[in-house]
Amino acid sequence: MDWTAFRLSLWLAAWTLAVLLPLGIVAARWLATTRSRARPWLEALTALPLVLPPTVVGFYLLVAFGARSPLGDAFARAFGAPLAFSFAGLVVASVIVNVPFAVQPLQRAFAAIPAEVREAAQCCGLSRWQAFVRIELPLAWPGVLSAAVLTFAHTLGEFGVVLMVGGSIPGETRTIAIAIYDRVQAFDTGGAGTMALLLVAVSFATVAVAFGLSDRWLARATR
Amino acid sequence: MRRLLAALLVFFASAAAAQGALVAAAANVKFALDDIVAAFGRDTGHTVRVSYGATGTLAQQIENGAPFELFVAADEASIERLAAAGYTRDRGAVYAVGRLALFVPRGSTLAVDATLADLKAALADDRLKRFAIASPEHAPYGRAAQQVMERAGVWDTVRPRLVLGESVAQAMQFAAGGDAQGGLVPLALASAPALRTRGSYVAIPDAMHAPLRQRMALMKRAGAAAIAFEAYLRGPMAREILVRHGYAVP
Repeated sequence: MDWTAFRLSLWLAAWTLAVLLPLGIVAARWLATTRSRARPWLEALTALPLVLPPTVVGFYLLVAFGARSPLGDAFARAFGAPLAFSFAGLVVASVIVNVPFAVQPLQRAFAAIPAEVREAAQCCGLSRWQAFVRIELPLAWPGVLSAAVLTFAHTLGEFGVVLMVGGSIPGETRTIAIAIYDRVQAFDTGGAGTMALLLVAVSFATVAVAFGLSDRWLARATR
Repeated sequence: MRRLLAALLVFFASAAAAQGALVAAAANVKFALDDIVAAFGRDTGHTVRVSYGATGTLAQQIENGAPFELFVAADEASIERLAAAGYTRDRGAVYAVGRLALFVPRGSTLAVDATLADLKAALADDRLKRFAIASPEHAPYGRAAQQVMERAGVWDTVRPRLVLGESVAQAMQFAAGGDAQGGLVPLALASAPALRTRGSYVAIPDAMHAPLRQRMALMKRAGAAAIAFEAYLRGPMAREILVRHGYAVP
């Protein structure tokens, strides 16, 4: 059992969530309410990681992060370590591949809030920020929850992109999914089996807890 | 805001902090190198972290900035290319010469025959459906397997039935899984204790392919632990382990 890899996966999921959720909320709120003609294009852009194979996303990220690209070079100069094959690089990659998993539930949640509610909030003298925090965000809470759960669970299970941009560096980029692959390649079926079972259990529990929370919320909301 | 910055700083610092020498190694040396790393740890107290993969893939990762300190390759050409591009300290050293083996999983009708005569027969009478090798495009052992089959006169007939592993480890996985009727894989993997119950193997005469001289080199960023490990790899203990795993040593 590779606990380092398991901890790394949890850590990666937490960082992805911390970075992506605030950005996702802002983007989804804008997409849900804008009348811009660019909207379908931007929506398509946020859904793109869902339909592209991980090798394509991974390839572009590898090229963008590599020491030979301007971005990779600037990062390496600033932090003294390359972005590709580092934990920081994995976080960036993970945020990008998880955009659809966060933005889509959030956007649906914000779009479900009737325009009258927003107008009523404005009439009551709430500023846009106050209305957002006190009215819209609580109404969109189930969307926020499912965005968080999907992002977290999907990051735990992400394989292709991590393999492409992460290599398999113990304690740095060897996540639990990669560790399972490595164990299988080393004919350690027992080790692979234990880790796979743990991953199934954690993912199952995460999603079950989320469903439970959302049921409780619904029960309270309809009371 | 200040707390966030502090957290970010800690995060990047911890991400950059090294925990033992970081080594990239060709998949064929996996079992031997695991033993050598354990012996090195016992003798010196240093820890070594190893990433295994196909030599071509690892070389590509190094060119893209992967933070490895020592590259233990499956061939000489990758090291020479990296040396010419200025990634390594020097041209490195040959640490082992590898051999290929024909691995036949339990239940396969293929004979464990080093001349590949039965492979030819099995292709003719359609007993052979799938045969595993590593991808000749980026795995040196895959190229050697291709040379062996060309020399045995079966390359053109076997080609449509090949399953290509991304690395020798994956080719070994295909060959041992029982879905392929056999495979040409590194002797060091075929003879590993983990595979004893999976099938049988025979070493291929090394005159059948260009010598699999395997070179290693320290990267420019190598620290003290990596330098010590590279020296250890050329020492008597490591050589003994390599020989036990089926390699010839220089």
